[in-house]
Amino acid sequence: MKTDIIIIGGGVIGSAIAHQLARYNLDIVLVEKESDICMGSSKANSSMVHDGYNVDSQKLKGKLVLKANPYFEKLCKDLYIPYVKNIGSIVIGFEDDDMKVMKEQMANGQKNGVKGLRIVGKEELHQMEPNINPEAMFGLYNPNTGTINPFELTRALAENAVLNGVKVLLNTEVQGVLVKNQKVEAVRTNKGVIGAKVVINAAGLFADKVAAMVENIDFEIKPRKGQYFLYDKKWGDYVKHTIYSSPTKISKGMIIVPTTEGNILAGSNAQLLDDKEDVSTTYEGLEEIYGKIISRIFPKLPRMGDVITTFTGLRAAATGEDFIIGYAKTVKGFINVAGIQSPGLSSCPAIAMMVEDLVRDLHYDLNFTEKGNYRIDRPKPIVLRDLSYEERDELIKKNPDYGTIICRCETVSRGEIIDAIHRPIPATNIDAVKRRTRAGMGRCQGGFCGPRVLDILKHEMNISPLEVTKKGKGSYVLAFNNKDLSLQEARRDHEKIVL
Amino acid sequence: MKRLYYDIVVIGGGPAGLSAALEAKKNGVEKILICERGSSLGGILEQCIHNGFGLQYFKEELTGPEYADRFIKKVKATDIDVKLNTMVIDVLDNRKIIAVNHLDGLFEIDTKAVILAMGCRERTREALTIPGERPSGVMTAGTAQRYVNVEGYLPGKEIVILGSGDIGLIMARRLTLEGANVKGVLEIMPYSTGLVRNKVQCLDDYNIPLYLNHTVIDIHGRERLEGITIAEVDKQLKAIPGSEKRIKCDTLLLSVGLIPENELSKKINVQLDPVTKGPIVDEKRRTSVPWIFASGNVLHVHDIVDNVTVESEIAGKAAAEYINSQLNARKKRISVTHGDNIGYVVPQFIDFDDAAEKSVRLYMRVKHPDRDVSIVVKDNGGKVIANFSKEAVTPGSMLALPVPANLLRSDLDNINISIMK
Repeated sequence: MKTDIIIIGGGVIGSAIAHQLARYNLDIVLVEKESDICMGSSKANSSMVHDGYNVDSQKLKGKLVLKANPYFEKLCKDLYIPYVKNIGSIVIGFEDDDMKVMKEQMANGQKNGVKGLRIVGKEELHQMEPNINPEAMFGLYNPNTGTINPFELTRALAENAVLNGVKVLLNTEVQGVLVKNQKVEAVRTNKGVIGAKVVINAAGLFADKVAAMVENIDFEIKPRKGQYFLYDKKWGDYVKHTIYSSPTKISKGMIIVPTTEGNILAGSNAQLLDDKEDVSTTYEGLEEIYGKIISRIFPKLPRMGDVITTFTGLRAAATGEDFIIGYAKTVKGFINVAGIQSPGLSSCPAIAMMVEDLVRDLHYDLNFTEKGNYRIDRPKPIVLRDLSYEERDELIKKNPDYGTIICRCETVSRGEIIDAIHRPIPATNIDAVKRRTRAGMGRCQGGFCGPRVLDILKHEMNISPLEVTKKGKGSYVLAFNNKDLSLQEARRDHEKIVL
Repeated sequence: MKRLYYDIVVIGGGPAGLSAALEAKKNGVEKILICERGSSLGGILEQCIHNGFGLQYFKEELTGPEYADRFIKKVKATDIDVKLNTMVIDVLDNRKIIAVNHLDGLFEIDTKAVILAMGCRERTREALTIPGERPSGVMTAGTAQRYVNVEGYLPGKEIVILGSGDIGLIMARRLTLEGANVKGVLEIMPYSTGLVRNKVQCLDDYNIPLYLNHTVIDIHGRERLEGITIAEVDKQLKAIPGSEKRIKCDTLLLSVGLIPENELSKKINVQLDPVTKGPIVDEKRRTSVPWIFASGNVLHVHDIVDNVTVESEIAGKAAAEYINSQLNARKKRISVTHGDNIGYVVPQFIDFDDAAEKSVRLYMRVKHPDRDVSIVVKDNGGKVIANFSKEAVTPGSMLALPVPANLLRSDLDNINISIMK
């Protein structure tokens, strides 16, 4: 296989680059080692769209987040991405010392050209957030902070790219980059060699590993682990803005966010790791988040019970704590897009534009004329719970599968699940269906719908139930057919737990 | 949109919905509809292929599907309408129900009364916030039961069960019979939370160990479950440092409690009891919304289905009496409260005078096990008006107390139930 450009990594950055370049007459392949796009940092983060009021505008990440913000509204409209532009954020202050930090932040925001920032006093704060801890004294309000569904953002970008001709290869892991005469020639993957003029490294947590395939590098990506609580939708109305704990404590502060889907998301702490795949939650980590932010700011949110799930996200922090976007030092045609930690999601349109400039400035023989049949949108995903009763009834008449509810907690129909399996980026396992449709994302966490989703996947993909996985390779759900006698014959000790 | 009319709509076609509908029919209601979200009637009984059902109600031992079938046959012999694969998505103030299925589309039903019989769901790993990795192979016992008994597949071969709830105990035996190795059952409490008979017949008979005061504190495996870390807990249910032990397994089943499924009830502002997590009801199983009744596991989690049936007959009959204006209110409402070692009592109120009923049946659970006790009913003056002695009480078994109607004097406004040594 030969192509013009290979993008390594199907996270929000790789997908944004694919989306950006897909408008031109270029041949593009995106490779992703996991079974789905958006499997790393892009899917597990605070889901906020920052306007950049608290960034250092001298840093690359500061410049890009400030540039990117105005693009979100149109992007989300064109691509049908759930986005709440002006939910607004409040930094909560409990002590006089917090005021000093807030004033500094406000001055920084004004310097960055952010409008509408102001300090709110106790009374107004409690009007804006009636359920907040009565001890909260004041807050820094920013009307421009938004929230987005990060998975939908990534999926929409990638689906649009596919519809405009980009090939997305899932389960495809890069093992090496072939270089000749100091120029990129091809990428070697577990599925074969793909020739390319340009290789864009958007490998997220693994961007250092991939960068090191072409030259010696002077940076390292250290995963910074953050854990989150996700609350039942019944608390959805309880928090009105995105809430920051005071930034004096830890970095930018922890956050409590009403998500675009109506849940409450709360997190996260920061712990540096060596293991790039350690997305485990820990008792200590969850206790810290609950103790330091959740119970401090909204004391009535419970420690467990109405918690839908807890999860860990890994931020891809690079040495130097800034984005690293630029050419490899010694090899032509290789572009690193590394160290994209917060505010990476909020910067993705500007990062993609910057990468386009870098590709153009190679002055290679690439066809940057716009495609005649370029489409700016994607087929709008049908989400029944967002439609009126009449609209739903109409749809069911056309396709009765929309009338069979599979996930009772989130009221997801069979039709929506089948759609997800046949979209431009297909859902091929139970979690992939969940991320697209919310089937299994409700309070029963797939207890009821899991077997039904498994059955639909089996049927639509024409595979055995034993081949259906939770989240790709190795994560099978069922082990044996009941009548498979090899289980009875298998040499097993019948060892019990002995204490 | 299609628009239908029924006198009574029963939401849920499991054992509660079936008996409630039948009893309403028996009491003269003409147009009754059962909405069932599954593809067959019977509810969760359809996957409960073990025996032990019906010992009280039918005085014989049946499997779950057999027990359900007795009621399904009776429903089919009547003119009760049934809509399968039908999900009720809203209940509105003006006695209108919004439901959806693949044949009728999204449709409205006007009605006079509703009986809630949606049952319950299982508590999840996530709700307990058990930390660790998130591999496949961790599921609730009921989900595993469906895979094994309905789909015909085993979830794994080296199995640990967290929680001694009845479904977990039943699945320990079931998976053993299918050839898997059930390595043990862990229970965080100092006592088994399931029925005694299930502990004996499902664990002891198969040499499966039950460890009390133990829980899972970590989950290992990035793709498929590879193991768990267990620990002993102290009196506050906190893991005791140093007691951790890593256990190899490919499947972890959770049987850590059931939660009445009241999402619909909340939409129509039916008042819920924070302990049962079900609607607050009177002895007719009428909720705080006068035209809405509730019975079965949506009301409170029952131990055996026989009790669900009896309770649902009360609700079905009462809904019929309600639409026929035959309910006869007491002079004073009696509130039913509870004291020592009683976790909850259902119903929470007694509202009616019913000459046909010799007693009012109260269901309750104790908070912790005890032996040789009296269940004492006191009036508002603190005077004992009834006393029932019990050899043993345990949270796993519901207690049913028939309080003689003649003791419920018209001047009473409260009775209190407690356990006395």
